Amino acid sequence: MTESIYQKVEAISADPVSQGMSGGISQPDDLRHSSEQSAAAEAAPLSVPHLVLRPGSAWHLVDLAEVWYFRDLLFSFAGRDLKLRYKQTALGIIWVILQPLMAAGVFTLVGSLAKLPSGGIPTFVFMFASMLAWNLFSNTLGRISTCMVSNSNMISKVYFPRIILPLSITPSTLVDFSVGSCLMAVLMIVYHIAPGFGLLLIPLWVMLILLTAVGFGMIASALAVSYRDIQYILPVLVQTLMFASPVIYPASAFKAHHPALYPFFCLNPLSGILTAFRWSIFGKGSFPLEPLLWSVAAAVIAGLIGLFTFKRLESRFADVI
Amino acid sequence: MTDIAIRATNIAKSYIIRHNASDHVTLAETVLHRVAHPFSRPQKELFWALNDITFDVNRGDVVGIIGRNGAGKSTLLKILSRITKPSKGEIHLHGRVGSLLEVGTGFHPELTGRENIYLNGAILGMRKPEIRKHFDAIVDFSGVEQFLDTPVKRYSSGMYVRLAFAVAAHLESEILVVDEVLAVGDAEFTRKCLGKMQDVSKSGRTVLFVSHQMQSVAVLCNKAMYLERGVCTFAGDVPTAIEHYMKSFGSAEAAATEAHRRHGSGEYRFVSAEPAKEFFACGEEKVIKFKLRRVRPFTQKMFVFCDFVDASGVTVARCDSRLLDFYISPADEFGGEFRLRTPWLKPGDYTVDLRVCCYGVLDHFIRACVIRVVDVLPYPSHGGIEIVSGGVVLADYEFQAGGG
Repeated sequence: MTESIYQKVEAISADPVSQGMSGGISQPDDLRHSSEQSAAAEAAPLSVPHLVLRPGSAWHLVDLAEVWYFRDLLFSFAGRDLKLRYKQTALGIIWVILQPLMAAGVFTLVGSLAKLPSGGIPTFVFMFASMLAWNLFSNTLGRISTCMVSNSNMISKVYFPRIILPLSITPSTLVDFSVGSCLMAVLMIVYHIAPGFGLLLIPLWVMLILLTAVGFGMIASALAVSYRDIQYILPVLVQTLMFASPVIYPASAFKAHHPALYPFFCLNPLSGILTAFRWSIFGKGSFPLEPLLWSVAAAVIAGLIGLFTFKRLESRFADVI
Repeated sequence: MTDIAIRATNIAKSYIIRHNASDHVTLAETVLHRVAHPFSRPQKELFWALNDITFDVNRGDVVGIIGRNGAGKSTLLKILSRITKPSKGEIHLHGRVGSLLEVGTGFHPELTGRENIYLNGAILGMRKPEIRKHFDAIVDFSGVEQFLDTPVKRYSSGMYVRLAFAVAAHLESEILVVDEVLAVGDAEFTRKCLGKMQDVSKSGRTVLFVSHQMQSVAVLCNKAMYLERGVCTFAGDVPTAIEHYMKSFGSAEAAATEAHRRHGSGEYRFVSAEPAKEFFACGEEKVIKFKLRRVRPFTQKMFVFCDFVDASGVTVARCDSRLLDFYISPADEFGGEFRLRTPWLKPGDYTVDLRVCCYGVLDHFIRACVIRVVDVLPYPSHGGIEIVSGGVVLADYEFQAGGG
């Protein structure tokens, strides 16, 4: 059990480190400064934070005060991510929109060949909207799953709440999402699609997507510390999940073709969210209330399981990685 | 209000070492092994890196933690800096802990010096305003002003280390935990770092400092702990702790038992290393005898080399068998000796590091033995020891009048 020490820290006026450099190593006698030390100790602030380290598994949840204290680190990691992602690429940040555009283009082509329905929406816009939501999910999940292993050196050399690492992925995937959204707005103007009030619910869907992705991502990242297999199996699973979710086709099409399987289809938490996401943008089709309620529950469950798994395995990270 | 900064009671840390079960890194391997050998249990051995350590550190103390390689010093620091948890025991920390186990953790080569200062500071637990406050001092200390907006991958290794240490040196935590980081960089920078560490300790903060350089420990610390194989056998004043440390060398027996903990791939291990005499005069030939034993099959030719390291950690001489065209042919046992004629060594204790290598290091026997050089100077006149205090070694020279 770790007691939180971070509420008080900011109040402490730590002695600023004196800037002067004493030149070189002088005689040891000069340096036995016990009298100065005790004087300084008396002057030290009284409200020193107290922390107890004990063995034992961490069944408690996150120490929020501590995470809040380390918020600068979270944004430093996110900033590092953004700065480095497109270093040494010719097109740089343009990739953020080029990638979903190309994917949407390919799926439009596939969709027209396979005669996939798109619920009365121009296929390209339909695909791009799907890609926007899907990429938010799959990028967040994918990058979180590798974040512990790729920062292994840091984990074995310095302490910070480990949960900062998976959480720090979300700001940068959100930036991608925002850039993509701007392009989405342009596409809607081009295709004369008027936004409805459903658009106001988009932040809610984004939060659900992130919660689900972070939950599964934390499980994957914690397991990847011991089992590097995760990095091979996860891309395959994510790819499978994409085709099992209403990404390149609407859920209504699945219902029409396989009514018996539809309840199982809705067990996928993404079914509800993706349908709701497109409903918000295009305002067409019926609002997927029941699948969505399950999605909300599933997202919360995924988040909690992810948190528990992560915290459970956290104390071993530095020893195993 | 107590003036205790750290109170550790009965802390221990164990690691599980698996024998003969070839490392199952992947899930599939683990499962396959289970299926193929349903009844075999991997032989596990509990290895106690730290065992039952109890100590108190008062606020404002600068404590040196010394001990040979594998004594558990780094494990202790890792526990104190919360990187890993103790297996047993309890530690009370009164104050924020800043740790510096490695210089430049989290530095990213693609980012500029400026960006890395903020990133590294955040990783070490500094808040943004804190870094901003110290930014000029950090830049000043590191001396890389001109290159602040250059990616650090273009830095020289010296600049890199200076910048990294500068960030860490400005941590404001009440307790500072430092692993052997002063060993990096040039002598000038090491001196600067030591000066900084003195300032830190003078400001009333608590410092725990691991080092192999007894001189640094003697200069910086007012208390010391001596660890031996995971147990704290002495805690108290610095000179006595250093004495314990020095005494631990030369016992070939102790060295042989620790062989499996040493660096190197381990096909060959040094089983003994000792000086031919108890004392050497400065100008005398210093003879180090050693024995090698083959532990695992190995059929390549090898070479050995030997470093003489003085009390402040400077390697004053290196003898490499390659340069003499001497290679060791594989055999179950091999005995040999190094004879160091010059440079003449100054009076004092020198530790001897031995390495046997082929393509990589097979065994790195750090502090294999200690040789003691007494003040019998190799010069015709006995002007006193302070006359020769200037250089690192004693020079073999002549002087002539005229000639101009």
